[in-house]
Amino acid sequence: MKSELLQRSHKPPWSDWLLRLPGILYIGIMIVVPLFTILQDGFREGISELVNQISLPIAKHAILLTLWTSALMTIINAVMGLLTAYVLVRFEFPGKRILNAIVDLPLSIPTLVTGVMLVMLFGPQQALGSFLSEKIGFDIIFAPPGIVIALLFVSFPFVVRNIQPVLQELDRTQESAAATLGASSWKIFWKIVFPNLLLPVLSGSLLSFSRAVGEFGAVVIVAGNIPMQTQTAAVYTLGAVESQNRLGASAVSILLIAIAFFVLIATNILQRRLEKGQ
Amino acid sequence: MNNVKKGVGAWALITLVILYMGFLIIAPIGALIKGTFESGLMPVLQSLSSPSLLAALWLSLKIALIVVSIQAIFGTVVAWIIVRQDFFGRAVLNGLIDMPFSVSPVVVGYMLLLLFGRNGFLFPILERLGIKVAFAVPGMILATLFVSLPFMVREMIPAIKNLDRQQELAAQTMGANPWVIFWYVIFPQLKTTLMYGISLTLARALGEFGAVLVIGGGVQGRTETATLFIFRALDERHYVEAYTASILLGVFSVIIVSLTDMLKRSQKKRQEEIDLQEKLSLQS
Repeated sequence: MKSELLQRSHKPPWSDWLLRLPGILYIGIMIVVPLFTILQDGFREGISELVNQISLPIAKHAILLTLWTSALMTIINAVMGLLTAYVLVRFEFPGKRILNAIVDLPLSIPTLVTGVMLVMLFGPQQALGSFLSEKIGFDIIFAPPGIVIALLFVSFPFVVRNIQPVLQELDRTQESAAATLGASSWKIFWKIVFPNLLLPVLSGSLLSFSRAVGEFGAVVIVAGNIPMQTQTAAVYTLGAVESQNRLGASAVSILLIAIAFFVLIATNILQRRLEKGQ
Repeated sequence: MNNVKKGVGAWALITLVILYMGFLIIAPIGALIKGTFESGLMPVLQSLSSPSLLAALWLSLKIALIVVSIQAIFGTVVAWIIVRQDFFGRAVLNGLIDMPFSVSPVVVGYMLLLLFGRNGFLFPILERLGIKVAFAVPGMILATLFVSLPFMVREMIPAIKNLDRQQELAAQTMGANPWVIFWYVIFPQLKTTLMYGISLTLARALGEFGAVLVIGGGVQGRTETATLFIFRALDERHYVEAYTASILLGVFSVIIVSLTDMLKRSQKKRQEEIDLQEKLSLQS
């Protein structure tokens, strides 16, 4: 009734367009035009040339490296993010508020600075880095583990912040009922708590995966730029742009955009289900 | 309230999380601070007076401020039409807003290069007009606009949804024009969210690296932002300068975001107190 009154207020029909037109134009010019341009450029030589460019050995290695490091990061991040959210919501302990504030730090620290920090901690000239490399034979910087750690840092908040509100709102009567019936805390977690958290864990993980696939600033510093070894897809694209390899740059870019696009759609579907469930 | 007796398992979980976050987040930050001041305070202070560092910081700030002003206006407009208007393609528009969040910054820079570069689609028109976009500041502004687009819109959408529409309706029936309604009824309710969105956008804009590297080229003194300065300084082994700039940039971004975060939280608390008082007065 109220909203009807508002909508039927005596304003001319074109007045909506006063805001709608600039809004649509802004998104159109800023996002749609660039995306369209790159699609047009990448498919110019036909889809077979695009596939060709992606399956060149160096490009293929860069893409596979990006995918497996991102996937590994996503799994670790899902487990540790779930644990962190659980600890932050369910337990009281000294220093909890500080810990909660630290979760957001990776969101505001520039990713390039993240890369610099990791090199200073794990770099071959640093104490910890040289110890790991010489005593254990485990290289982090200029090697895939460094990529995974950099991606973990950058995407840490996504899973935690996705789970926290859901966990906070969770009705605890079921849990206490199970506890009085003598169920172990493990069993309560798996049978009662975890099913409720599955959607936020999944959507947060997908979000961090899509972020990771495109990550550049932290990775370029930590991994270096060694083709067939530590070169990720984003770093490969940069090299292709710099060496005027337009076909290669466009092909890998389109693949990266496609991955981002499909993951985004999946996340949106999950998020909508999540909102419906609440 | 949920502080029932904590078993060994609970403490093990807490310790594990603290260790993980300490190792992943705190240790690298500590390493940066330790490494920067390794040879004392003097080299740090010296690099602070380096003209190219100052020029780079200034350019970063300039780009960020321009981007934030544009985003504050258009981000609010986009959020407004998504919440308040119903039109064909609204869902698509809503989905598109998240795209910049996951498109690689390098790809963003490259897309703009395809549009505005020497062989770009728009290059002939721009050349006739005498406007330089690629390898110049306008291109870097466009790139930063792209990557920071979701922040303002995503903060504004829930805030606009929560607006008190009765106040608007009241103002309208009393004959206030849309401008007056916006400035006196709507804007005060959105102010805190706007500031939070601005600070997130600012932090994202200051830290942008990949996109401005590709479209700007990082020419010293012309298109070198703070992040590009760090990248070049690392390459030229001017480590103290690179580390100092990293700390400056990191500290600045963290302070902006946490200050406005505190503001947002205190506002929320005040609102909750008001709600509680209203409830109590209704009961009595």
